[in-house]
Amino acid sequence: MDNIGYLFAAYTVIWAVVFGYALMMQKKQRQLQRKIKLLQDSLDKSKTNS
Amino acid sequence: MSNKRALRDNALLGLGLVLMVAALYMVFVYVPTEKNMGIVQRIFYFHVPIAWVSLLSFFITFIFSILYLWKREMKWDSVACASAEIGVVFTTLVLITGPIWAKPVWGIWWTWDARLSTSLVLWLIYVAYLLIRSFATEPARGARYGAVIGIVGFIDVPLVFLAVNLWRTQHPTTIVFEGGVTVPMLLTLIVCIVAFTTLYIILLVQSANLKIMDADIKHLKGMIQAE
Repeated sequence: MDNIGYLFAAYTVIWAVVFGYALMMQKKQRQLQRKIKLLQDSLDKSKTNS
Repeated sequence: MSNKRALRDNALLGLGLVLMVAALYMVFVYVPTEKNMGIVQRIFYFHVPIAWVSLLSFFITFIFSILYLWKREMKWDSVACASAEIGVVFTTLVLITGPIWAKPVWGIWWTWDARLSTSLVLWLIYVAYLLIRSFATEPARGARYGAVIGIVGFIDVPLVFLAVNLWRTQHPTTIVFEGGVTVPMLLTLIVCIVAFTTLYIILLVQSANLKIMDADIKHLKGMIQAE
């Protein structure tokens, strides 16, 4: 069981980075969806006003 | 998002999950421990697929950068940029997991050998690619500059791959092609490569969708200003 710490460190880093990246993308997707909805609403409003 | 697309994305996610669980089972349960290096050799089963995905990412960036410069359609640039972003994430992992393996095996974290140096240069090239794109004042200009770096920077990819054969390096040579691994080791490596390639496809689809959504926002803003 020599060097198990190195193996643990390598796999922890891999999963932390992959999950971190996936979470970052998910957060950005939610932000962009919110932004699109706001812009769409304001576009619809300005169309009905004109 | 259409139902068909949501179904396809969920199926891909499910496949990725199954493959990753299978890969972890094979790495930690199925494959025997290597005699000389011991348990730390198991880093190899994730280090190699991650390196493969990073080179594949930059190849996709190269292809889609050519397509963008040829057709001038932003959707090709979105794929090129998304792939470069994933490539940088995976090259970062290669540059971290490599030294974690090297310390107990070589006794040092890092050496300026050809494979390691060309890999670091590759990471720097594509970090520059992402930085230049983010600093560009107009999206079209950023896409154009990015496409040029995406094409020229790709020169380093074959150098990274061939470094162990072209120069005398401390990094292990391509032992897989030379029959230096047993059947269970080869099987485990293949499953890990398939799992990580699926993960790359999942991330690429998600990341390219984000870039397209970003372009939609810019388009909507333009429409509102024109109203």
